[in-house]
Order: sequence, then C-alpha cells, then structure tokens
Amino acid sequence: MKLVICAGPATTGKTSVLRHIVQKMMRDGTRAAFLKIDVQYAEEDDIFAREFGIPVRKVYSGELCPDHCNVMVLGDALQWARKADCDALLVETAGLCLRCSPYVDGGLGIVVLEATSGMNLPLKVGPMLSLADVAVVTKIDRVSQAEREVFRARIQDVAPAVRIREVNALHGIGIDPLLAQIRASSDVTFDADGNPESLLLRGNPPVGTCTICVGKKEIGWQSHFGVVRPLENQTFYRGE
Amino acid sequence: MIETISILGGGGRNACPETVRRVDLHMGDVVSVVGPTGSGKTTLINDIELLANDNTPTGRRILINGGAAPPEYQDDPARNPIALITQHTTFLSDLPVREFLQTHTRIRSSVPTDGELAVERTLAFANQLTGEPIATESRMTELSGGQTRALLIADATVICDTPIVLLDEVENAGINRTRALELLRKHRKIFIFVTHDPRIALLSDYRIVMQGGAMTHVLRTDEAERTLSHAVSRIDGVLARLREKIRLGERVTIAEMEGLA
Repeated sequence: MKLVICAGPATTGKTSVLRHIVQKMMRDGTRAAFLKIDVQYAEEDDIFAREFGIPVRKVYSGELCPDHCNVMVLGDALQWARKADCDALLVETAGLCLRCSPYVDGGLGIVVLEATSGMNLPLKVGPMLSLADVAVVTKIDRVSQAEREVFRARIQDVAPAVRIREVNALHGIGIDPLLAQIRASSDVTFDADGNPESLLLRGNPPVGTCTICVGKKEIGWQSHFGVVRPLENQTFYRGE
Repeated sequence: MIETISILGGGGRNACPETVRRVDLHMGDVVSVVGPTGSGKTTLINDIELLANDNTPTGRRILINGGAAPPEYQDDPARNPIALITQHTTFLSDLPVREFLQTHTRIRSSVPTDGELAVERTLAFANQLTGEPIATESRMTELSGGQTRALLIADATVICDTPIVLLDEVENAGINRTRALELLRKHRKIFIFVTHDPRIALLSDYRIVMQGGAMTHVLRTDEAERTLSHAVSRIDGVLARLREKIRLGERVTIAEMEGLA
C-alpha cells in the first residue's frame, strides 16, 4: 500500500491538491482512503466521501499536538485502509507545527506551500519543508513568473534535496508528476498479524518534556524547571 | 536551439475541437493573440507557458522543434525557454528589488555571470519604460503598477533572456509602449502578444483569433494592413503625446492633431 502524508500551512491548498490526486487515482483504478487529522474542526472527510465515495476517517487531536496524534493513529489507519481494500492511504495533516514534521520513512511526504506567501516562508517552516520528499507550490497563477522562479529558488536554498512541483490546484494542472512520484514510492508492507512493518517518524522530534506542556502557566524561566532559557541566550537551552 | 514552437489545437471550451488544428511559430516571428474579453487569450498563452501536453483543461499540446518538450524545461527554471509577462500590476513578493533581481539572476544564468551587471542592466531597461525610476531598496510590493510591469518586462528580457516571450496585454501597463516595442524588437525571439491594441496587432506578422475559448483563425498581416499600420502608428503617437501633456497638467490645442491625414 502507498502512504502519502501531506502537510503545509492552513489555506495553502492541501485539500485541493489531494482531491486532484484522488480523481486521477480513481481514473486508473487505484483505490484511495483518506484520513484527515486536525485539532478541533475539519470537514475535508465529508468532502472526499461526498465527491468520490471513498473510505474516509477524521481524527481530532484535541489536547495532543496533531503531528503526535498522527504518530499514534497512523498504524491503525493503515490497517483500516487495508481492510477497506485500498491501495493508498492519503493523510492530510493539520499543518500547524513548524518544529516537527509528520512524514515517515516508508511513505511519501508532501508539503504544500503557496506561491503567494512571503519569500521568507521557506526559511520559516522548518522540517515541514526540509524533511518532505516533494514541495508542491500552489496558486502559481496569482504571481508573476519571475516571482514563481524566485520563490522556487528560496525553497531550493533551504531544502536542496526536495523536488519542487508547481501546480494550479484550481484546474489540476501539474498533478500528473505527483502521481508518478506516488507510484514510484515504496510500498508499506504488513506482517503476518496485519501490522504495518518498519515505519519510522522522519527526523528528530523536539525536546521531550516541557513544564508548559504539562500545565505550568507562570511566565518567566525562573518559575520553570527542566529545560529553560532566558532571553539573552539565543542558541542554547539550559538543562537543570 | 529552439527554431519552432507549435500549438496543436485541443478541445476548446465546449469540448468541440478547435477550428485551428496547428500553428507553427518560427524564430523571429511576432504574433498577436486577439479576441474579445473572455475568449480564452490568456488561457492560450498559459498553455504555451506550461508546455501543455493534453494535461490542461483545453487539451492543447505544445511542441518544441516538432517534438514534445523535454521534461527538464519544467524541472529547472534556468532552462525554461519561455518568459511570460503576466497582467500582474502588483508583486506579492516582499523582498527588496535588488535582492529579488540578484536571486533571479542567480537561478536563471546557466553560466556564472556578473550578477551585479545583470541587475543594473535590468533596472536601466525598466527605467526607460516607466516615468518613475525604481529605487532598488524599495520592496517589490511597494512598486506602482507601471513600475511593476516595467520591471517584469525588463526581467524577462535581460535576466530570463529566453527565446520565447509571452506578453499579456502590455498596453494596459502604464508604461511607455512605443519604447517597449522598440527595445523588444531589437532581440531576435518569438514574441507573442495578447492584445486589444490595433497597433501591436498590425505590427505582428500574423494574429491568432480567439472566440469562445478556441482558436478560430490565423490571419497573416497583408499588404493593405501593413500600409494601414503606419497611419495607426501616427494616431497612436498623437494620442501618446496628448496623454503625456495632460498627465503633466498642460493645456492642449487642435495643433496636437498635426500629422494626422
């Protein structure tokens, strides 16, 4: 089974890109399942169910970071998609975190960025871009060709190994090379018990425990313990 | 080396085949795309720019030297042989002008060139087209409509320096159109103008006529039209001078019409 994990900031066109991918997959007989992970609201699952009649699931991460939620549920989701007799699982993430990334080794990681965002965006989105396999640039008709080329250069500067694909997600232009890339990606395999084999989160997750994460609300590093950092220390956190 | 680019007709808007099945453009051709608003002119040049291969809504195909375009044209912008000057009159890029042009020069040049020189030449070109000189420290987003179009044309000609240039309604740009045509004509390229301007249309070698999303005819500019184009240029010159005087707050008289037969 193919696994595609799609990330990218809100409103860049993740859903539109995936809709065109599903449409083209259906045309050549590939059965896709769709999983949406978001924090508190999402309707993409309904859209995919209504438009394509494919198996869909939605998970609200709630208290948990959505990318962590992805790690928790992905194993079950792959089994679910397999039982539903699908050939591919497409996961659309919340696209929030600029510190970790939802991609796994053994699946294709796609980040969706819009050409209309600032030229510094590629520098800001961190592992969401640098750990992806493909960066899809949407809304290309909204900017000049020169800007498209410079935006592309900014992505290449940050993430030289990432393939860049420009698409017009409104009309589905430029989707075919993405499909070819999904087809060429490695398959997720399952063991005798039906569990997916050897899938690992790509890249290093952020530093473990943090006092804010566990509920301490006081402002100022003096009120915290564990890993702390004052203002005048740009590069290092200090462990206690 | 690109010698020809061919447009193979597709389905048109209602999925009935376009009347024009094939247009071959040769190096040095100046071509206009004409037709009412909404007739599909911009879509046609977008198809060319995307090197459509039956993968856009129109079903058209674009051939280079008679064959399919090599995929590296789209994978590597430095090799893309087409520069498209769109109708955008604002930039969304928030970089300062100089940094933007430097970055574009860096990725567009196949051989290491003097980036500074290309930037200076681009700015000099742009400043000939716009009344208000461009300050290199301003952000791209701060440029006026005229400055934006002037910079786009200069960027395409100097930095991209591609064999094929597509210009979408350059007449709406608030730039010195006569100067732009003069400067562009110095380069041997395939120029495709989407235009409503009789002057640009009549200066072209031929024009592709669009209707309802489809290419319906190709009209070669005949002798009578070539002769007429001189008169059209004179009218255009008169109007340009009138426009300039009014912009500068001057009064105008019937004497401005001198030279019109």
